[in-house]
Amino acid sequence: MRAYVLIALWDARPGLGGYTVADAITFCFLSQAFIGPMQMFGGGLALSERIRTGDIAFDLVRPASLLAWAMADDLGRAAYLTLLRSVPPTLVGAFLFGIVAPAQPGFFALSFALGVSVSFAWRYLVALSACWIIDDKGTQTLSSVLTIFFSGMILPLTLFPGWLGTLANASPFAAMVQVPADIYLGARSAAGGLAFQAFWAAVLLGAGALLTRRARRKVVIQGG
Amino acid sequence: MVRAYVLLAWTWLRASAQYPASLVLLTLGSFVINGLDVAAIWVIFAHTRTLAGFTLPEVMFLYGTAGVSFALADLLFGNVERLSQHIRAGTFDTMLIRPVSPFVQMAADRFGPHRLGRVAQAVAVLAIALAQLAVPGSRAWMIPLMILCGTAIFAAVFALGGALQFLLTDAPEVANAFTYGGSQLTQYPLSVYGEQLVRGVTFVLPLAFVNWQPSLYVLDRDDPLGLPGWLRFASPVAALVLGGAAALAWRAGLRRYRSTGS
Amino acid sequence: MIKAEELGRTFKVRRAVVHAVRDLSFTVGPGEFVGCLGPNGAGKSTTIKMLTGILAPSAGRVVVAGLDPARKRKALARRIGVVFGQRTTLWWDLPLRDSFELIRLLYKVDRVRFRERLDELCAILDLGDFLKTPVRQLSLGQRMRGDMAAALLHDPDLLVLDEPTIGLDVVSKAGVREFLLRMNAERGTTVLLTTHDLGDIEKLCRRVLLIDHGRLAFDGSVAGLRALAPEETSIEDVVTRLYLSSTPAGSPRIRPLPPAGGPPSGMA
Repeated sequence: MRAYVLIALWDARPGLGGYTVADAITFCFLSQAFIGPMQMFGGGLALSERIRTGDIAFDLVRPASLLAWAMADDLGRAAYLTLLRSVPPTLVGAFLFGIVAPAQPGFFALSFALGVSVSFAWRYLVALSACWIIDDKGTQTLSSVLTIFFSGMILPLTLFPGWLGTLANASPFAAMVQVPADIYLGARSAAGGLAFQAFWAAVLLGAGALLTRRARRKVVIQGG
Repeated sequence: MVRAYVLLAWTWLRASAQYPASLVLLTLGSFVINGLDVAAIWVIFAHTRTLAGFTLPEVMFLYGTAGVSFALADLLFGNVERLSQHIRAGTFDTMLIRPVSPFVQMAADRFGPHRLGRVAQAVAVLAIALAQLAVPGSRAWMIPLMILCGTAIFAAVFALGGALQFLLTDAPEVANAFTYGGSQLTQYPLSVYGEQLVRGVTFVLPLAFVNWQPSLYVLDRDDPLGLPGWLRFASPVAALVLGGAAALAWRAGLRRYRSTGS
Repeated sequence: MIKAEELGRTFKVRRAVVHAVRDLSFTVGPGEFVGCLGPNGAGKSTTIKMLTGILAPSAGRVVVAGLDPARKRKALARRIGVVFGQRTTLWWDLPLRDSFELIRLLYKVDRVRFRERLDELCAILDLGDFLKTPVRQLSLGQRMRGDMAAALLHDPDLLVLDEPTIGLDVVSKAGVREFLLRMNAERGTTVLLTTHDLGDIEKLCRRVLLIDHGRLAFDGSVAGLRALAPEETSIEDVVTRLYLSSTPAGSPRIRPLPPAGGPPSGMA
């Protein structure tokens, strides 16, 4: 459906945002394909449920790193969802709408993996925030709204005007959809895009590790 | 029916009023989240003057009328989509021992004013659109009628989705795809979509009558697909037909209800 | 009060047809106190659900209070009271008093009669202390008393209870039993209950229906039930023997489990 809206827009303004109509359709299908692996609608982590039930205390006192464990779990699930939920619809899209082939397959694969990592780190932070906020429903909803809008899911960020565009393009959400899709389309230099993604992945994962340590201290002090 | 609905809704309203802070947050949240749809329209029109032949106020008019209809249907009947949860929890059984239609009980269950946030947001968009459009009084009479019919059509879609959950207890997403998909679909001029899709939502699942066809009359536009002109007055018929189909489907679903263990 | 004729209900579970209840015929007269016994999965709850209009039977006929439950569900609901031991029929977030008031309005009970009835039930069930407490904060025993009051506010002719004493402590159990006997004796309310607690059967029921594999295995008095296995001393042993002997020797009694969330082959 969103593909139709974009087609109508690019019919009115060909070449908008540096994309052709085919590029825009491809973008649309890619963003749809990212929904599963990156859990664009939020959640996907068993973590928040475990925090709600208090089981998190067991996880935090285990000798293994909670962050690494949750990340391995999430990346595994992402790989599975990519094969199952992302590849088939994209192939159908390629067949029906004629989406373009990746300009730089190798860089795209790398960028996609980084996108999943950024998405995981963000969701991990949101889930962990429930240790301090009693009801995490609000933060979860807010997070998914921000993610959907500022990642480029609804509309490519290249269309966002002025300060809104600047803000959106600099946000970690851009690292989830906009940058991998641009690298796929060859609309952005791979090196710059990957560096941007790696920066956000490092920042968010670092914050995640820091927050995990604070959470552990909190749990230990409270005695679980 | 109406009396029982009002009673139950009032009860839930009082229950939710015990947590005013949460209520205000949810209402505001729903206002903002739905506002992002408008932000997307605004971004699109930052680049173009028309979308599939429609100007910004016209698209906002379509969005507003669809939004108000959907939000009202959601406010009044949206909770029916949680049927499968109630079936699995066994709480649907307890609704069946009351001398009130289970549909009314489902619809009124957890009736919450926070859904008003969505109504308010859609009304605001519609008001802005109308202020810019200057619709003549001779055609404006259609606007309340189309909102009424649109609400009825969406309510019927909610009921159909609920009825489907009697069969697909484990897959409520399938049913929800129709309600929320329908709401998304009607936010834009149908002329942006493929012709087959438009024919489908005109003659099969009549979502085109929520706002598209009557809006063509209000905005005094020709049908881009060249469908006959009388269709733009057919919304009440579509609402009645779909409502009847939904009632039959709900009854059929209830007969097939299998309850749960214990 | 209840007349069931060759009642049957089948469920399709993964294309296989499971008979939860079959060829069940019995009648219950006004003022009777009947207990329904049977192993887990025998079809007791399915039967109750067909009697109360929750499930439509797939075979046979049933008439309750002169009405066909599946067709006249709403009219029947005004004539009967239903209590589920395993889940409440009250509104979880509402104080008990508000739940009762809502029931008064939904069942269109006259205000004056409701007042009298509520006072009476409050006195017997000792509800006064927690009328203003939300249902979710009640203990199981308190909740059960609230549920029973709710089921009787509209003065039904028939009270149907599915495992009303499950999970209750001895004192609460005794209170529930005393209350049921009183309603039956003083008001002439017909009572039909299912249970796994043989104390319920011995202390309450003048008549027992034993359901097994969806069929009626026994219908008679408690003394008649004992007479089925005269060599056993306690009623527990009698029933244990009956349950164990209910399948041909050597074949396992265990039936395939239904998928999670799906319909079971019978109800506990």
